[in-house]
Amino acid sequence: MVIIDVIVTLFLAAGIFFMFTGVIGLLRLPDFYTRLHATGKCDTLGEVLIIVGLLLDHIYYYVYLLPEAPLSVKLVPVKLIFLIVFIFLANPTATHAIMKAAYKTGVKPWKLGEERR
Amino acid sequence: MIEVFLAIAVLIAFTILLSLYRAALGPGVFNRVAAVSVIGTKTIVLLVIIGYYFERPLFFDISLLYAILNFIGTLAFAKYLERGEVWS
Repeated sequence: MVIIDVIVTLFLAAGIFFMFTGVIGLLRLPDFYTRLHATGKCDTLGEVLIIVGLLLDHIYYYVYLLPEAPLSVKLVPVKLIFLIVFIFLANPTATHAIMKAAYKTGVKPWKLGEERR
Repeated sequence: MIEVFLAIAVLIAFTILLSLYRAALGPGVFNRVAAVSVIGTKTIVLLVIIGYYFERPLFFDISLLYAILNFIGTLAFAKYLERGEVWS
């Protein structure tokens, strides 16, 4: 079947696009806070999109088309859903923790007209 | 489908290589911690795709464990840089 492959490839392409956007923001933006602003959201969404694409692929090929697969293979979507929930919870929390630590130790935010640092 | 997985894995490895620039040369310790956290979260997805490419379901357990370790490492680093000690 071709249509599930197209859907999975679209999910993976969208995920890799968001990851590249986050990395370009990490390299190009002028300040620590703006860099975390780029990576904290783009990376979360990109990774979740890639894992959702792999989840659809796994559900179609190993659960729907292959009913005699062993239980350890059939329980892999549960692990991927755990991974999605954990990324959605943990990634913004880690970003917030680093940003709060930087703000409390006195890293000044960048203003327009200053040089990059 | 296996070629698409291989291409996505190579592209994720390329993004890891790009963010290694910020981890190595970024000014100050906070930029480096942020870049290492980003590399860790990209490694989770890379491990999942490697598990599909080699058809080993064991890699999903490794990626779950890596997610937890990366999160705890980033939190410990942030708390240490904020207070000067991990446990207060």
